Amino acid sequence: MGETTLQAIPQNWYLLLSTFLFCIGVIGVLFRRNAIIILMCVELMLNAVNLLLVSFSAYANNADGQVFVFFIMVVAAAEVAVGLALLVSIYRNVMSTDIDVLSKLKG
Amino acid sequence: MTEQILHDSAFIMPGILIPLLPLIGFLINGLFGKYLPKAAASWLATSAILGSFLCTVYVFMNLNAADSVTIDLFQWIAFSKVNIGFSFLIDPLTVVMLLVITGIGFLIHLYSIGYMHDDEGVTRFFTYLNLFIFFMLLLVMGSNYLVMFIGWEGVGLCSYLLIGFWFKNDAYNNAAKKAFVMNRIGDLGFLLGMFFILFNFGTLEYGAVAEQASKLTPNSMLLVAITLLLFVGAMGKSAQLPLYTWLPDAMAGPTPVSALIHAATMVTAGIYMVVRSNVLFAMAPHTLDVILIVGVATSVFAAVIGLMQNDIKKVLAYSTVSQLGLMFAALGLGAFSSGMFHVVTHAFFKACLFLGSGSVIHALHGEQDIRKMGGLKKLIPITYLTFITASFAISGFPLLSGFFSKDEILAHAFEQNKLVWGILSISSMITAFYMFRLVYLTFFGTFRGTDETKKHIHESPITITLPLIALCILSVFGGILGLPSVFHATHLFATYLSSVTEPSKAFLYEHEAISHSAELMLMAFAGIAAIASIWFAYQKYVTKGEQPADEASLTGLNKWISNKFYVDELYDKAVVKPMLVLSDLFMVVVDKLIIDLSVNAIAWFVGLTGRITRLFQTGNTGFYIFAMVLSMVVLFVIRLLA
Amino acid sequence: MSHYLFYILSTLSIISALLVVFSRVPVYSVLWLVVCFFTIAGHYIMLNAQFLAIVHIIVYAGAIMVLFLFVVMLLNLNKENEQHKINWVKFAAVISGGILFLTLIAAMKSSDLGTYSLPIKSEIGFVQNVGMKLFTDYVLPFELSSVLFLSAMIGAVVLAKKEKS
Repeated sequence: MGETTLQAIPQNWYLLLSTFLFCIGVIGVLFRRNAIIILMCVELMLNAVNLLLVSFSAYANNADGQVFVFFIMVVAAAEVAVGLALLVSIYRNVMSTDIDVLSKLKG
Repeated sequence: MTEQILHDSAFIMPGILIPLLPLIGFLINGLFGKYLPKAAASWLATSAILGSFLCTVYVFMNLNAADSVTIDLFQWIAFSKVNIGFSFLIDPLTVVMLLVITGIGFLIHLYSIGYMHDDEGVTRFFTYLNLFIFFMLLLVMGSNYLVMFIGWEGVGLCSYLLIGFWFKNDAYNNAAKKAFVMNRIGDLGFLLGMFFILFNFGTLEYGAVAEQASKLTPNSMLLVAITLLLFVGAMGKSAQLPLYTWLPDAMAGPTPVSALIHAATMVTAGIYMVVRSNVLFAMAPHTLDVILIVGVATSVFAAVIGLMQNDIKKVLAYSTVSQLGLMFAALGLGAFSSGMFHVVTHAFFKACLFLGSGSVIHALHGEQDIRKMGGLKKLIPITYLTFITASFAISGFPLLSGFFSKDEILAHAFEQNKLVWGILSISSMITAFYMFRLVYLTFFGTFRGTDETKKHIHESPITITLPLIALCILSVFGGILGLPSVFHATHLFATYLSSVTEPSKAFLYEHEAISHSAELMLMAFAGIAAIASIWFAYQKYVTKGEQPADEASLTGLNKWISNKFYVDELYDKAVVKPMLVLSDLFMVVVDKLIIDLSVNAIAWFVGLTGRITRLFQTGNTGFYIFAMVLSMVVLFVIRLLA
Repeated sequence: MSHYLFYILSTLSIISALLVVFSRVPVYSVLWLVVCFFTIAGHYIMLNAQFLAIVHIIVYAGAIMVLFLFVVMLLNLNKENEQHKINWVKFAAVISGGILFLTLIAAMKSSDLGTYSLPIKSEIGFVQNVGMKLFTDYVLPFELSSVLFLSAMIGAVVLAKKEKS
């Protein structure tokens, strides 16, 4: 079945799908104010890229792409751990995760 | 050429040591002086100069008069065709200057130990003094114009530092600045002259320059330009008209400084430089004429001003200017060795006079006005005796050193130009008169100061009197160096210097030497004139007991002379004031309008962009993400359209 | 057959992704994201990347999303009390996302993907192959990633710790 899938579906479709997912992630980041949701949208964007990499890896017949995805997952896991810790810390200080409240960096 | 007594290499060690010792003294005193006791600092400085003097004597004893030694220390500036080394040249002319500088320098250091004993800046004083000696030695030892120029600038700096030694006094600081600025004018001339030489001859070594120059046509534009520019330098350094006004003001420095720098050594640097370049000057008779005119004019002008001065050091200062004028007159006549001879004898008696005046000032606790002196001969006998002897020498009293050196110059003048001879003779008579006016007002008659001062008058300590006596002996017997041919003796000095002055002989117009009888007549005339002037001064100030009139009561010519012909005022009006007005103008137009405005505009623009870009830093994270996304889009679009 | 599977999975991914963004309750967003990750895992399987599909489910759905859920619960954000952005900002967000999409599509159109040699070997995504890669060519980054995890762990502990007041 695997070979038939790869031969039946053009790679462009995967490109299109991951681009679309990526843009949904971007829209989410712009759209929402809750920092946790924004972080989730970032994860979504990362997954869109992962999907792209895996598809390239499969079509180009090269395992390196999948190794990259593996490392991206490693980094994403670490990032989420630190990011959520930061959010908890921020929440403790301002009792909110609304990013529009966090405007201390105003010049 | 006679056989060299010693191989050239034997001179390297002493040759380097001569300037090195004062430099070491300067460095030790300058860097660690505050950890040394005052006495140690002063004796250290003095022994450094003594060491230099001994090395100089060694060189003098071993160097053949006809020979010269070049010591190459290191290559200094080398590019394209120019190659200037840092090297020393030791020849008879250098040795003469070295003997004068280190010899008199040592005596004056010795004198300063006593004179500066109570000053709080003793260490600083000796540090400067050693530095001065170092630069002066560099000036006379350099084998090219550039090394000379380092020394030239260095002595200018030291002169500035020492004139303003008592820097808490504003007037002294101004005098120091004046000396520095006046010297700069001259230095610029020297520098330009040097550039001309380098540009046209491609070298700055004395020998090579003289050799190249002798191939040119005499009196060519180039030679006249170079020599005139060099002479401008000499005018500044040696206080000739019109750049002389700094020298009388320079008397603000401590008296040993006046003796060493502003009488015996530094101010003669100009003469040394002209003699050193005698081939160039001999080939430019036009310049020699200029030098003669300037020299003669300065000689008379300064002597006349000296008549009416009441400050003991100012009188000596104008006398120095006048004598320097005489030396330049000698150079202008092409009598290079006579000029140098007068440099040497003048160094003896003028140093003695200055040190003597210092001793008087020391005895009177800082009083310099001769109207408040008088009757000192019993109170400070050694000072009196040495001072009056030196005065006899400078006045040209027969058989003393000044008599011979002046007579030689006058004889040259008589050979070539009777008018010059006449003017110089008058100048000599005036010199004799004002010198004895000074002597009589200071040492004869009755004391005119307060009784309180009189009680404290005492003879100076041995470190002061010893140099006085030594210089006094030199002023008396210095003439032996240059006995005229009338006495059928060898002119030791001229013979010694002949290897230096010989090359220029070929370019000078040979004047018929005057006969022995004429020369004797001239000598007799000069001697009688000097004695007559002295007698006249005696009549006026001792027999009649006249006192210098109060400055306010003076009228007519006397008032002009007393105010130094208002030259300072003239310079103030003609140069300083317009300069200040111009500066004000520049301040308003260039500084405030153009520079300030443009700088402020830049600052304003930066501030404005800052204020504008600050608007983008809202602190709103959502806005930042928007900006990021849109920028990404823009980058993509640019990439796609490219 | 695989066409239909791809369409269904893709539709599910897109819908769940949209619901992540537009759900009002944070917990729903988290749950929709879990759904989205499962569909992506399905894509991985279709692309014969079994190893990654399993790792993806374990790491994302199993670990990361649980962490998100945990934090949402911890901070008690499970209420519809989020202040929403004003309307024109929302509009602008969608527009800029759309513009970005269009640009990316345009970029892809103009780029040359290259041709791939057929038949394609399908075993590269198997555990054995990826494992070989990971422990031969990429052994150093693999080991370093453990250091990264360690530092992330310590960082998280330090940041989330209650400050002594």
